[in-house]
Amino acid sequence: MKKEYENDMTRRKFLKGAGIASASLALGGCGVGEELFQSDSFDEFFQSHFTEMSPEEIKKVRTRLQKQYKKKYGREFVLGTEPAYPNVLFAYGLDISRCIGCRRCVYACVQENNTSRRPQIQWIRVLRFKKGTLNFEESDHYYEAGMNPQEGYYYVPMQCQQCENSPCEKVCPTKATWKEPDGIVVIDYNWCVGCRYCIASCPYWARRFNYAEPEIPTEELNPNTHYLGNRPRMRGVVEKCTFCIQRVRKGRYPACVEACPVGARKFGNILDPESEISLVLKNQRVFRLKEDLNTQTKFYYFFSI
Amino acid sequence: MRKVFHFFYQVIQKLLIGPPIYYAWVLFLLTLIGIGLWAYGYQFREGLAITGMTDQVSWGLYIGNFTYLVGIAAAAVLLIIPAYIYDFGPIKEITILGEVLAISALLMCMLFVTLDLGHPARIWHLFPFIGTPNFPVSLLTWDILVVNGYLFINIGISTYLLAMIYLGKKETKWLYMPLVLASIPWAVAIHTVTAYLYNALGARPFWNTAILAPRFLASAFCSGPSLSIIIFQLIRKFTKFKVKDAALFKIAEMVCIAMGINFLLLGAEVFKELYTDTWHKAPIVYLFAGLHGYSGLVKWTWLALSFNLLGFLLFLIPATRKNFISLNLACILIVVGVWFEKGMGFILPGFVPTPLGEIYEYWPKMMEVLISVGVWGIGLLFYTLALKIVIPIETGDMRVLGASPVSATEHEFLKSSSRNKKLVTQSSIRSV
Repeated sequence: MKKEYENDMTRRKFLKGAGIASASLALGGCGVGEELFQSDSFDEFFQSHFTEMSPEEIKKVRTRLQKQYKKKYGREFVLGTEPAYPNVLFAYGLDISRCIGCRRCVYACVQENNTSRRPQIQWIRVLRFKKGTLNFEESDHYYEAGMNPQEGYYYVPMQCQQCENSPCEKVCPTKATWKEPDGIVVIDYNWCVGCRYCIASCPYWARRFNYAEPEIPTEELNPNTHYLGNRPRMRGVVEKCTFCIQRVRKGRYPACVEACPVGARKFGNILDPESEISLVLKNQRVFRLKEDLNTQTKFYYFFSI
Repeated sequence: MRKVFHFFYQVIQKLLIGPPIYYAWVLFLLTLIGIGLWAYGYQFREGLAITGMTDQVSWGLYIGNFTYLVGIAAAAVLLIIPAYIYDFGPIKEITILGEVLAISALLMCMLFVTLDLGHPARIWHLFPFIGTPNFPVSLLTWDILVVNGYLFINIGISTYLLAMIYLGKKETKWLYMPLVLASIPWAVAIHTVTAYLYNALGARPFWNTAILAPRFLASAFCSGPSLSIIIFQLIRKFTKFKVKDAALFKIAEMVCIAMGINFLLLGAEVFKELYTDTWHKAPIVYLFAGLHGYSGLVKWTWLALSFNLLGFLLFLIPATRKNFISLNLACILIVVGVWFEKGMGFILPGFVPTPLGEIYEYWPKMMEVLISVGVWGIGLLFYTLALKIVIPIETGDMRVLGASPVSATEHEFLKSSSRNKKLVTQSSIRSV
């Protein structure tokens, strides 16, 4: 996409200019325009798809968003746009034997990723199964979580599986969601039109929609963000787990991995034979969920005991 | 130039002057639209949170109505096939009316889809050149393409033919016949592509069934023509346009066959799920019997099924098909029954249970209903106003400046071959 952007840029610049001019003439005051276009500025409304932005445009978008967040939340935001490291493909390992269903990962994710508190959005959902079955229909999503796993049950946390053959990328009509070279399926929140086709297509129910304007108390905001990850979203767009892209592209672990008190979560670069995840894949009896759907997920489950 | 002004004068005259029932109907529709717009303003300010949709059931009343209306639009072609391919005279006259119905339905489709979006203002992201449409991979982009294409085909055919009648000119067959012929596979395409939207999702076994597209077509060919039969009788009653009984009965025969096929496919679905008895049967069980204590759709499912069955029987038996009371009852039953079967009874079970086995029972909220009713109001108003111009043109009342009113049946395209000539010349048009 990047190599074609120059032609598209001239075309788009012209249309953008014409659009801005006519829109400005038509609407006069920016208050009405912002309401009508559901956008904080005309620049935001007419910005391009993230993968088609030139480095200058990305810089402009970054500055604009930082100013926007400062104005809205009163805090200085770090808005990263780090691309994928070369020779990196992230994968996840989840040790079901160890998971006690305490849900600390759920809340660490909420804290890290600036998900809405009202209405409450959680990217991770922990399912409690009775021992002996993996029938989702029989699972309990709303069990009482504690530090002691309940007898006769086991827990399966679920989040975006970052499929190699992802249905959500296939169905998105605007290419607002796509797979990055390091394997993370991302969303350009300024490009998503909110049709929710991707939510219907996801076999793991990993995606969430902002039906209302997300509300986060300013003191709970995480200002270390990535454009494609945990930056504050707006109403009307889809969001999901991004393997904490703002962390992993800086050499850190996702928040859920760090939060897990029993070490059930493993993460790393599958292309590095020495990484923890490679050792897991080599030595553990790993499986993936709904493998018959050929989604080729990067989320491997196993029972270490 | 004078002729153009005269045309606009005639249009305004036709739109503003009518019998009392016209004013009452338009006022009623404007009220519905007004309420819908007010409710939409609320949705625009607060977001889709005012609807009953959640992450578990992320599509609801809007998309249900959209799916149903694509079927209505596709069914206009049912009138074209006999009219032009089988040269059945009585139907040729009403083909334009069917096309205008299709245009109205497509208008409603586009409205429903747009107001279901989280960011309707960003819709330009879907357009080629200025946006990044995920064509040809995403079925949604195909749907936009075929729906708009079908819209333009219908607008093209109807405006060309109407212009020719209006101007008193002979129409050039090679100008409109290719469009007419193209519209037949295109109508099949719009509904097949819409079916494929759902069919494509491996995550939703209720939709991921091979019979989905055929079933969509079968139910479309029941609901659209049934609605047309009612509409044509209303037109016959309130305007000078004479629709022949033979045309209505021919359409009724086709509805009967389509409903028969629909039941066949339903039976195939039910057999496959219940006999094989895998976990995938959950949505069908939810519809017909309730699942894990959730039975919100059960009575509606059985009601819709009975409506469809009774309608089918009334259409099947010649005595009841040719009796206008039972025929109209059957039409209403089918229109309502298929609305549920293809709308709520199709969209909701796709989300029950979720891919993670959860059950959430969606029910539309008041604002959602008001907005949907408003959109139907817009479509019906458009259809009414369009007919208010189309019918006088077709009956010969509205002609270009300088021409005298003539019988519309003098026009070539309305003439059938000699074997049907008797039926054609029997039409009577009351004078002004």
